[in-house]
Amino acid sequence: MHSKIEGIIVSLYQQNNDSKNCPLPMKILVCISHVPDTTSKINFNADQTAFDTAGVQYVINPNDEFGLTRALWFKEKQGAAIHVVNVGGPETEPTLRKALAIGADEAIRINQPATDGYSVAQALAIVVQEGQYDLVIAGRESIDYNGGMVPGMVAKICGYAFVNTCIGLDIDGASVTAVREIDGGKENLKTTLPLVIGGQKGLVEESDLRIPNMRGIMQARTKPLHVKQTEHPNAMSQTLRYEKPAPKQAVTLVENAEQLINLLHQEAKVI
Amino acid sequence: MPILVYAESDQGIFKKSTQELISFARAIADQMNTEVIAAVTQDPSNANLGQYGAHKVLNLEQPSLGEFNAELVADALTQAARATGSSTVIVSSSANSRYMAPLLAVSLEAGYVPNVVALPQSYTPLTVAHNVFTNKATAFTSLQSSISILGLSKNAYGVHQYDTNAAITKQEVTLTSSSVEVTSLDKASNKVMIADAEVVVSAGRGLKGPENWGMIEELAEVMGAATACSKPVSDLGWRPHSEHVGQTGKPVASNLYIAIGISGAIQHLAGINSSKVKVVINTDPEAPFFKAADYGIVGDAFEVVPDLIQKLKEFKAQNA
Ligand SMILES: Cc1cc2nc3c(=O)[nH]c(=O)nc-3n(C[C@H](O)[C@H](O)[C@H](O)COP(=O)(O)OP(=O)(O)OC[C@H]3O[C@@H](n4cnc5c(N)ncnc54)[C@H](O)[C@@H]3O)c2cc1C
Ligand SMILES: Nc1ncnc2c1ncn2[C@@H]1O[C@H](COP(=O)(O)O)[C@@H](O)[C@H]1O
Repeated sequence: MHSKIEGIIVSLYQQNNDSKNCPLPMKILVCISHVPDTTSKINFNADQTAFDTAGVQYVINPNDEFGLTRALWFKEKQGAAIHVVNVGGPETEPTLRKALAIGADEAIRINQPATDGYSVAQALAIVVQEGQYDLVIAGRESIDYNGGMVPGMVAKICGYAFVNTCIGLDIDGASVTAVREIDGGKENLKTTLPLVIGGQKGLVEESDLRIPNMRGIMQARTKPLHVKQTEHPNAMSQTLRYEKPAPKQAVTLVENAEQLINLLHQEAKVI
Repeated sequence: MPILVYAESDQGIFKKSTQELISFARAIADQMNTEVIAAVTQDPSNANLGQYGAHKVLNLEQPSLGEFNAELVADALTQAARATGSSTVIVSSSANSRYMAPLLAVSLEAGYVPNVVALPQSYTPLTVAHNVFTNKATAFTSLQSSISILGLSKNAYGVHQYDTNAAITKQEVTLTSSSVEVTSLDKASNKVMIADAEVVVSAGRGLKGPENWGMIEELAEVMGAATACSKPVSDLGWRPHSEHVGQTGKPVASNLYIAIGISGAIQHLAGINSSKVKVVINTDPEAPFFKAADYGIVGDAFEVVPDLIQKLKEFKAQNA
């Protein structure tokens, strides 16, 4: 498997070098995770083996929405083709249509249940390599399974450079400057395309996010949404069951700072 | 087969999270009848990692690992895991480890489970409990790979003391150059970071404006705490984005979280509810935060906080 992938990587690099002489618009792939709305109550089925989707609204994963908005900025300012991709069943298509309504050009759904991060990354890597994307934008983490692993895995499988927790991204030809959030600060980085990022707020501001308008929604209906079947990649892990945290004890109300300090010191033992 | 720990350090200092990682690995090793190897990328000679449970220290130090680079660290750990025949690699939840671990997982063809909150439920196959849905639930996941990577949640296990004598061996690794280069670093050196903090003092829109954060910073200073804020506060530009905590911001897993003038919206709570003890100070007794907190004061922050600062100073003076 590795030698085949390395072969593809070599040809990718060659193509990228060739394209320097005749610059084509950048090809961007935005990975879209389809997740329960942030206000959703989390419940599981009776035997606790699967997430209960009853009454749950699904949205574009917030981190991916920041990434998609940055991609639109590149398209408008520098010219780019934007494809969005999701690994999942037919139920994720409304989320992909929303991304098209916001401004992506084409959507791809890899028809496969998203079981674990590794198998999702392998499926995405096939699309990345076939489409020879210059830039792959994914989110720092999905707010459902919180793996924070798909973007890095895609980068490593494809041999692309990788920047995680990316809060700033500028591209000039094949040169990239990026900002990464680190614990207690940030780091300025220099790298080159092809690149994968794990993005988050900061790539664009909250106020830059777009709500689809009527025209966008109409256009999205006729934009291509390709359904793709890949070889079923191997999962590395399997979730057996879920548990919700035990109900919390009622709050202890105190009158003043002195009582609070006493309780934190003597009862909770945290100061 | 041994357990390899990525023992992160900052200028030769091994943080509490690294100590915790080693103790966690030691408990697993004792169950599996094997040993803990702490892999380090900076000079380990001043630290005694045996006291947290390491059996051996593997020194991967070399110039190209002087500054953190995810690709190079993943490469070095891949070689270390292969050379030692390790079956399990344990990493932390730091931004650097979370950047590096997916790369390591692909090169070792290993399954990776982050946010692990307890010792494994079973060892063959390896089954672990880890937080999902932004801490609104726990999943029990079995690994099916021959090598497994576990990312331990901060404060999930604690530091335990051992009197093992861990010998240091040098491991040569061959590293090529990385495609990503750090050009500059912008890091507040004297501030307590949210990621490491034992105590986090956080404030919300109830504080009315950025000019009122002086007392929040003073409270944090008295407590040796990191400062944080709710999302609207960072969206309004009252505080930097790096302080935004919650489902779409930074996660908090401190021992103590103090929320001042924060209503307790579900998205805020999701990111902070793995903190051990939560305190709320709010004028509105109906604020949802009171349902999530351990201790609460119904009161005006502008009266309670200055009083709290004063009483804490007295408390510290007495207990010094
Ligand atoms: C997709 C999405 C993601 C989100 N992600 C996050 C996230 O990650 N983190 C986050 O924090 N939010 C997040 N939010 C926003 C969240 O829904 C709330 O709007 C936000 O947490 C409210 O912030 P707040 O508590 O500071 O402000 P408010 O809700 O306005 O609450 C202010 C509180 O201060 C109290 N107060 C007023 N005056 C005083 C006083 N003098 N003394 C004491 N108390 C006082 C009030 O009683 C009130 O409870 C998200 C929202 C969405 C839609
Ligand atoms: N099923 C999926 N389809 C497409 N992209 C995904 C999928 N799962 C995860 N991703 C991408 O990977 C990022 C991190 O996800 P995770 O590793 O699951 O936390 C998300 O923000 C998405 O950009």
